[in-house]
Amino acid sequence: MSGLSFHRLWAVVLKEFIQMKRDRVTFGMMVGIPLMQLMMFGFAINSDPRHLPAAVHLADNGPFARTLVQALRTSDYFRVIKETESEAETQRLLQLGEVQFVVNIPVDFNRRLLRGERPTVLIEADASDPAATGPALNAVAQLANNVFNRDLPGSLAPLQAQNGPVDFRIHAHYNPENITQYNVVPGLMGVVLTMTMVVITALAITRERERGTMENLLSTPVRPFEVMVGKILPYIMVGYIQISLILVVAHFIFHVPMLGSLPLLYAVALLFIAANLAVGITFSTLAKNQLQAVQMAFFFFLPSILLSGFMFPFRGMPEWAQAIGSCLPNTHFLRIVRGILLKGNGLSEIAPQIWPLLIFLAIAMTIGVRRYRQTLD
Amino acid sequence: MSAPDFAIDVTGVTKRFGDKTVVDAIALQVRRGEIYGFLGPNGSGKTTFIRMLCGLLTPDAGTGTCLGYDVRTQQADIKRNVGYMTQKFSYYEDLSIRENLDFVARIYGIPDRRAAVQHSLDRLGLAKRSHQLAGQLSGGWKQRLALAACLLHSPRLLLLDEPTAGVDPKARREFWDEIHQLAADGLTVLITTHYMDEAERCHRLAYLAYGRLLAGGSLAEVLASAKLFTWSVTGPELRTLAATLLGRPGVEQVTAFGNTLHVSGRDATSLDSTVAGLREPRHDWKRIPAGLEDVFISLMDCAKDNYS
Ligand SMILES: Nc1ncnc2c1ncn2[C@@H]1O[C@H](COP(=O)(O)OP(=O)(O)OP(=O)(O)O)[C@@H](O)[C@H]1O
Ligand SMILES: [Mg+2]
Repeated sequence: MSGLSFHRLWAVVLKEFIQMKRDRVTFGMMVGIPLMQLMMFGFAINSDPRHLPAAVHLADNGPFARTLVQALRTSDYFRVIKETESEAETQRLLQLGEVQFVVNIPVDFNRRLLRGERPTVLIEADASDPAATGPALNAVAQLANNVFNRDLPGSLAPLQAQNGPVDFRIHAHYNPENITQYNVVPGLMGVVLTMTMVVITALAITRERERGTMENLLSTPVRPFEVMVGKILPYIMVGYIQISLILVVAHFIFHVPMLGSLPLLYAVALLFIAANLAVGITFSTLAKNQLQAVQMAFFFFLPSILLSGFMFPFRGMPEWAQAIGSCLPNTHFLRIVRGILLKGNGLSEIAPQIWPLLIFLAIAMTIGVRRYRQTLD
Repeated sequence: MSAPDFAIDVTGVTKRFGDKTVVDAIALQVRRGEIYGFLGPNGSGKTTFIRMLCGLLTPDAGTGTCLGYDVRTQQADIKRNVGYMTQKFSYYEDLSIRENLDFVARIYGIPDRRAAVQHSLDRLGLAKRSHQLAGQLSGGWKQRLALAACLLHSPRLLLLDEPTAGVDPKARREFWDEIHQLAADGLTVLITTHYMDEAERCHRLAYLAYGRLLAGGSLAEVLASAKLFTWSVTGPELRTLAATLLGRPGVEQVTAFGNTLHVSGRDATSLDSTVAGLREPRHDWKRIPAGLEDVFISLMDCAKDNYS
């Protein structure tokens, strides 16, 4: 049957355009998602991360040591954020995840270099994310040898030809074998929770409104607050089941180390789950139907996966992307999970990640509950 | 309790959405044990008014009591004692009949829940279907489930919003028999409908249009209040006759009912003289009492002239 009629076809096309125009959210998604993806894949994502934060532990203050620090400072790979003589301080920065590297310049560096004794410079790397550390470690050895080329006296020139005047040792912390799963699997916990918690709550409440059951519910003595909490509680349980599942798989299949306290992880996870549920509720009050709710959840999910440090090393992203990432709960939860599992962090080390979660939760809850109340009248 | 004779006693109830007044200063008194019919065209504000009665919406103006509780401040007490059946089926389609009733029973904290649910299933003849998902039920069964659910907590007032829309005549009749039984047991029922035969089964009625109450009282009172005069005509070529009649002095409505034409107007003298001028032997003209539907349409037309 070749009964294609262009005016009928045109009628349908026109109708679709009108509906598309009416459905602002879908329209926004159609324009917004490609833009967002372009921005994130085009700019934020950087498979060859640079300007990674580093701290220098300076036990010698001679001219060659200074030259080395200067070279690190001007290199593209590092961003020296701290120069200190205290070893304890640098170790703490590494543990907190504020720096990716610690460069240890030992006592007598200057003297031993001049004597041709090849002093050892220990570079400690936070290798919990191998993608961030790999290229930088290669770069450092090359960098140092080039630097000393021009400064070394002629008598030491032969050293150049051999292994270089300095012996660089690299010590990868937390994930010495650079096993990618160690990084990805704990990270997945935040990603999975973000996706399911936000979508499920957004749907659960929108569904009640869309089907009209909300009206019935509210005509009974049940309070709006009871409805909301009653809906959230089951999903908190679901969230915990997901966490447990991921931990079991991480342990038995990927052999991810679990150095820190699991009860601590479970306790902090409550904050993260609640934050995501609050986002879901806020979406459900904004969405007119279930489809819109899913679309909004997706909008939240995309940056949570791309800008949180899950997919790409956080410190390797441009400033603006890091700024957005810092506002997302997943970013902080990722650091907490990796910190607890891979670094054995305790409460004091993860504290800097807890308060952003708390702030986020408070804001999302306030908006969610406010909006939720408004929809009743 | 201020007025023990009235289950509903409100005055000046008003609701605005934006700058649109959807319910405009409605006063309503419904006696205990009465079946009160609420009629009016689509969008006249029936559902909105009922939502205010049961505490789902707060009125912008107006005062009054529902079961002796203040409609503005004691919404929680009202909700505990009122059964509200929404216009659209609003139980969980993905739950079975029994699960839905169980849920409602828990919400109201009904003592001896199992027995109450079982009793309600038996009484409404739902026992054999109790494990069927609500979403799979036909319209008539959904309506039975909804009625069972809103009776579960033994309310003293039932608010039924178009409970019989889309239900077949037999099921409708059974539904009304049930409602009369409940009323005989002392329950007060406020029910909205678009069916005239149902309106006639109510003890008293009110007619609403554009958010205003246009008429209220018993069937006879409502019919009398409209002061509408009607002729019926039978004979050949009624269509031509209808076209001729329209627009003549005194003629406000011309409606065809099968082989009969109803011609009505409020001005008896000019209607009669118009009819006298058009009378032909092949047509059979008769004066008849105005029907409820004619009265409502007339009420609506003159409301349109007055308010909009
Ligand atoms: N939440 C709301 N926001 C804005 N307008 C509303 C809202 N609810 C109802 N309305 C408007 O109020 C008017 C009255 O609606 P209502 O549902 O009370 O009418 P009704 O008499 O129940 O009609 P029907 O017979 O079709 O059920 C309608 O014009 C409707 O569009
Ligand atoms: Mg209605």
